[in-house]
Amino acid sequence: MKETLLDKVWRAHRVRELANGQTQLLIGTHLIHEVTSPQAFGMLRDLGLKVLMPHRTFATVDHIVPTDEREEPFSDPLADEMVRALRRNCAESGVTFFDLPSGRQGIVHIVGPEQGITQPGTTIACGDSHTSTHGAFGAIAFGIGTSQVRDVLATQTMAIGKPKVRRIEVNGSLRPGVYAKDVILHIIRRLGVNGGLGYAYEYAGTTFDGFTQEERMTVCNMSIEGGARVGYVNPDETTFAYLEGRPYAPKAAEWDAAVARWRSFASDPGAKYDDLIVYRAEDIAPTVTWGINPGQAIFIDELVPRPEELPEKDRATAVEALAHMHLRAGAPIKGTKVDVAFLGSCTNGRLSDLQEVATHLKGRRVRSGVKAIVVPGSQGVAAIAESLGLAEVFRDAGFEWRGAGCSMCLGMNPDKLVGEQLCASSSNRNFKGRQGSPTGRTVLMSPLMVAAAAVTGEIADAREVFGLS
Amino acid sequence: MALEKITQVAGTAVYVPGDDIDTDRIIPARFMKCVTFDGLGEFAFIDVRVDPSTGEKTSHPLNDPRFAGASILLSGSNFGCGSSREHAPQALYRYGFRAVLAESFAEIFFGNSTTLGIPCMVLSPADIQAVAALVEANPRAEVTVDVTEGKVTVADMDFPAALPGHAREVLIGGKWDAIADLLEGVPSVKDTAGKLPYMQAA
Ligand code: SF4
Repeated sequence: MKETLLDKVWRAHRVRELANGQTQLLIGTHLIHEVTSPQAFGMLRDLGLKVLMPHRTFATVDHIVPTDEREEPFSDPLADEMVRALRRNCAESGVTFFDLPSGRQGIVHIVGPEQGITQPGTTIACGDSHTSTHGAFGAIAFGIGTSQVRDVLATQTMAIGKPKVRRIEVNGSLRPGVYAKDVILHIIRRLGVNGGLGYAYEYAGTTFDGFTQEERMTVCNMSIEGGARVGYVNPDETTFAYLEGRPYAPKAAEWDAAVARWRSFASDPGAKYDDLIVYRAEDIAPTVTWGINPGQAIFIDELVPRPEELPEKDRATAVEALAHMHLRAGAPIKGTKVDVAFLGSCTNGRLSDLQEVATHLKGRRVRSGVKAIVVPGSQGVAAIAESLGLAEVFRDAGFEWRGAGCSMCLGMNPDKLVGEQLCASSSNRNFKGRQGSPTGRTVLMSPLMVAAAAVTGEIADAREVFGLS
Repeated sequence: MALEKITQVAGTAVYVPGDDIDTDRIIPARFMKCVTFDGLGEFAFIDVRVDPSTGEKTSHPLNDPRFAGASILLSGSNFGCGSSREHAPQALYRYGFRAVLAESFAEIFFGNSTTLGIPCMVLSPADIQAVAALVEANPRAEVTVDVTEGKVTVADMDFPAALPGHAREVLIGGKWDAIADLLEGVPSVKDTAGKLPYMQAA
């Protein structure tokens, strides 16, 4: 029988079928962070249970850490308490913690791959919906709630039904100035924010074959924004090359065996899919959101839609979105004034994102009146970026260079929008209030588009601003 | 662990219109700075219940005294999308909601809610509108959510309400919290893990 990667990983990790029809699925790798784990450890204590396999759980702190004043105690006592709780829970249960002083702290979805913990053919769970990121390695990776974090801590398994698989092929070369971020925004725009309900997305096609590991992560990261809890790319040479030599990757004699095993998990040619969708890379242009969910997106040179011209089911949300965003239906989005430019997050806070922007930003200045910050996704990314001189390029341009964390992706740390500020953001969610101000406005876009917004002070086409063609 | 068998939820309802109501809206991130879920209830939907510029209460349905004490929440499609935070269903539960009726649910929210014993039932868009109209006409009307039969009854009218098989089984069987079942399987967990090289301790 020809199988998909999902079928194979599922088979290897299925413990048993439960009476309710769900599977008790072994979770090989459990990642935890400070926001969704303390309650789970509390539940464990109430039940008198211990962490079953502490060597398969890895922790870091990302959501609440300040990105400028990082000395403890933090000025926010609640944030401080959360870090201390995680530290205590990890120490008591023997879980590895990439803590602030470790030099390996960062956003959990950046740290896992960077440390070589994220591997093909594995199952991964984390109390965070962007766990789908790890699917870029050919892992089946689920975002879970806190009660499930408890389940995984106590039993290294969770109860879950097997998703269907939709293969999404993108073929051809992206045009200059078009990035992985545009690909996933395009997919979500086309398939809808709940189009992926019940599905795992398998991303494939020549565009993905040519993507770097980091580009694949950007796409898999936002699967959840399209309603798909899981997104993955079949592992190949690009994946193996990325992993080789990383701290937790198999070493020496074990390496070849591991690669052979990893390779065997890739979907078989001719495997059966529940659905198939094909896009052409050349049809995709730089994309920006105009609304309050990630599916409300247009190409940079399109006009903000008129609600009455949208399908009936999308109209009410469109009206609400336009009111919140203060955008005019039928007008260009290009030229909209920007107050803040945020470069970072688990979607686009990786080294290649910073490198791409720095290449074009050199010699340019952030427009006065725009607050521009760049937040490396991990201390590892920060260290390399600094050694390569990228930090200097950003600082010279007028960006603030910050410490690693989730930062302005969500309003849980001191980096927040104020009032109705409009933020050009490389993050993944434009929900009302997401960036810390209930009336704040978020426009999602690729990192280079964020840079274009920073230097022009408005939503702009990076291809024009930086002379790409 | 004996859990309550959730076969039926009855009470008054409130309609919060809108599609794609995300978990950031249900409970904004700044209220997640807590190491327990206690006390989240009062912050459910806070940013749409209180006007951020004036600090005044808005006209949000949850502020409407006619719907005070409602234990059933009605909404549009893709309810609970976005962040996986269990804080969202925890906040709804602690606010007093015992069932959610919507056109569709985001998957992680659905699973989190089921684990807390909150049935999330799917009604057709037309039926959501019909139930909302009945509740609007008579906010004190008793709404009965029948988990076993898969229907919602209000003012003597029945509306089909779907619940995927496994969720129905666990709710009516009193097994909505999976932990007991999972713990039973631990001996086999170790067998399965034993066959996977990456899971061996270094
Ligand atoms: S960067 Fe944003 S989306 Fe990613 S884990 Fe942090 S808060 Fe979540």
